[in-house]
Amino acid sequence: MNRAFRPLLATTAIFVLAYIAAVLQYPSMLSTRVLGNFLTDNAFLGIAAVGMTFVIISGGIDLSVGAVIGFSTVMIATLIMWAGLHPFVAFAITLVVSAGFGAVMGAAIHYLKVPSFIVTLAGMFLARGGASVLSPDSIGIKHEVYTTISRSYILLPGGGRLTVIAMIMLTVFVVGIVLAHRTRFGSYVYALGGNETSAALMGVPVARTTILVYTLSSTLAGIAGIVFSLYTSAGYSLSALGVELDAIAAVVIGGTLLTGGYGFVAGTFIGVMLQGLVQTYIVFDGTLSSWWTKIVIGGLLFMFILLQRLVFSASTPRKKAFRKS
Amino acid sequence: MADEANPVLEARGIVKIFGQHRALDGVDFAVRPGEVHALLGENGAGKSTLIKILTGAYQPDGGEIMLDGAPVRFTDPLNAQGAGIGTVYQEVNLLPNRSVAENLFLGRQPTRFGLVQRKAIVSQAAALMATYGLDIDVRAELGSYSVAVQQIVAIARAVELSGKVLVLDEPTASLDRNEVDKLFDVVAKLKARGLGIIFITHFLDQVFALADRVTILRNGQLIGTRDLSQLTATEVVRMMLGKDLAYGHSALPVAEAAKGPVKVTFSGLGHAGRMAPFTLSLHEGEVVGVAGLLGSGRTEMARLMFGVDTADEGEITVSGKPVKIRNPAQAVMAGFGFCPEDRKLDGIFGELSVRENIIIALQAKLGWFRALHRDEQDEIAGRYADDLDIRAANHDMPVKLLSGGNQQKVILARWLANDPTFLILDEPTRGIDVGAHAEIVRTINRLREDGLALLVISSELDEVVAYSNRVVVMRDRQMVAELHGADITPAVIVGAIADNSIPTEAQV
Repeated sequence: MNRAFRPLLATTAIFVLAYIAAVLQYPSMLSTRVLGNFLTDNAFLGIAAVGMTFVIISGGIDLSVGAVIGFSTVMIATLIMWAGLHPFVAFAITLVVSAGFGAVMGAAIHYLKVPSFIVTLAGMFLARGGASVLSPDSIGIKHEVYTTISRSYILLPGGGRLTVIAMIMLTVFVVGIVLAHRTRFGSYVYALGGNETSAALMGVPVARTTILVYTLSSTLAGIAGIVFSLYTSAGYSLSALGVELDAIAAVVIGGTLLTGGYGFVAGTFIGVMLQGLVQTYIVFDGTLSSWWTKIVIGGLLFMFILLQRLVFSASTPRKKAFRKS
Repeated sequence: MADEANPVLEARGIVKIFGQHRALDGVDFAVRPGEVHALLGENGAGKSTLIKILTGAYQPDGGEIMLDGAPVRFTDPLNAQGAGIGTVYQEVNLLPNRSVAENLFLGRQPTRFGLVQRKAIVSQAAALMATYGLDIDVRAELGSYSVAVQQIVAIARAVELSGKVLVLDEPTASLDRNEVDKLFDVVAKLKARGLGIIFITHFLDQVFALADRVTILRNGQLIGTRDLSQLTATEVVRMMLGKDLAYGHSALPVAEAAKGPVKVTFSGLGHAGRMAPFTLSLHEGEVVGVAGLLGSGRTEMARLMFGVDTADEGEITVSGKPVKIRNPAQAVMAGFGFCPEDRKLDGIFGELSVRENIIIALQAKLGWFRALHRDEQDEIAGRYADDLDIRAANHDMPVKLLSGGNQQKVILARWLANDPTFLILDEPTRGIDVGAHAEIVRTINRLREDGLALLVISSELDEVVAYSNRVVVMRDRQMVAELHGADITPAVIVGAIADNSIPTEAQV
């Protein structure tokens, strides 16, 4: 059994146990309605977290994600409401801009040899500042496309609703899983996170892969921005504050090693769902402050970092001797 | 072996200059298909520079490289690999976090509709590993296998991708005996397939066991290329260390009698897998020289003594009292000092001033709360700088601006300021221009006369002879000989280093 699976298994087990415990206390939590809301409410976080998973597996970090989401919502709102563009045109422009933004950050990280932490921190300020310059106030979006999309859903057995934005998130996860595990690009990302020098010596196109990883992350942040604007029907420069940190938490809780090289996109999904579960529990409880979500997430994060230490360093890989052939 | 075979890879008159230092000076080297060609030389001889030029990591400043008789120019290691030259390093340059199969096929995975065909990769990888006599689960992480298996995977990848010349850069340094045998089987098979194999190692017995020819470098110069069937181990060591034995030596051996009571005793000190237990006593006013080839355990011995590596057996007594040394801080408290081999890496703080470098160990010993006054610092630094004749414009200039010899003396001053009873010097004259060697040797002799106990590790046998009361010889991480009095001559030391290192007589 691959030791990289262990944190993922632990996360899954904790999610299942926590859900069972929550259901025992509030039986109504066991319904497709609650599950459907999980997916809808965390769609933008999940999409951004898929990009973050790739970045972290490659050995980097992307702090600009939340700001790019915020910038995207404002850009979409201004393009639709002020420039009068059709939403789908606005979406396309936003995705091109966010992809370009990520590519520039990736290029800076690779060619200037600046740590990703610094480059994406600069990117965060740029995107957040740019959004405020476009419009410091929240802009409501009124367009029939928005109304149609928010009214469309697939009815699940038990009355739950699988909304369009939930489906977008699920699609992103499936594509992310295939990209990570079944393509050369995916193997290059793991290679970079394992050992960049070795990867380069083995012929991995380090520059291209680094740029693509950050392009992917920013593009997904752009998609998350679209989803966020659909979710709130507004564009606001201060929306999605701190989402990059929630995404990092989801990725790490999902079993991805913060130092790179190991991780699963599917684990990130569980990490996002676990955060959603905690929020929903607090809503059901009704007496707890919503800040308890942060406290629980903090505790979980700490536990998982500890767990990864135990799995990856304290227990050095078992040495397999030569088998007699 | 076909003596007349044309070389597959040939280097002619290679010159490489770093700054003012000629790392390689007109070196010729050729490897034929179907031969294992060993490349030998001490640290700084130019082995790794030559390999880096042959594999495209460096560009030569002169000379030419011929592949299959045609001149070539490699821009980088990937380029050389594509041309047919694969390299496997001591530190396996693969991805421990990915599966064996992926390591073998990374960058050339078979795909269908853009998706990697995992089953095909796994079956091809398993088949490939089987040809190397390895029956392993290729889906498991590479890092979960022993270094030996990782080496073989690295060799398999290199051979698959290049297939003309295989460079093995110290592949056996971290393998045990069985693993070395396994690796040698693999190399023998590849040799039979007609690959030219360049083998770099510090283990002479392995050279004799595996290689057909040997090329020896010293100080960037080609000493010679010989058939190993016509050489003895002693001749090889002599070529490597460059001691002209017929010439003898004129320096008077240091009198053995003139020494004080026992100062430090290491009894049965050892670390499983790194250093066989050894026992050594040092007297006041005595210099014990340590001789041996690189990788023989010289530095490991010093690191154990100083607590850099923690010994897992044995005892240490200082002036008759047992002491516990589990880390360097305890060693310093016990009155030990250690000038490491790689000054730049482990010794000096390049950005700090001469004064700060000298007082730092003393300050560490005093602790945080008894900061040395600036006047005291100046006084101490000035005294030792004068004593050791450290030539610096002033004592506040950064140490990195000093010459190698003066840097070495700064480190020496640092420990002397600590008033040590026992000092370990690892290669004190390495990387220092020849003129300054004599000065370091004089300094060592003076410290001895002052009553210090010194352990000096050195590859420069003439120098070892000039200052040692006794010489211990290391081989295969064991202390194999202790030489006294009239036996302390380069010839005897070379004999002791080379002794028994001819193949098959297992010593482990």
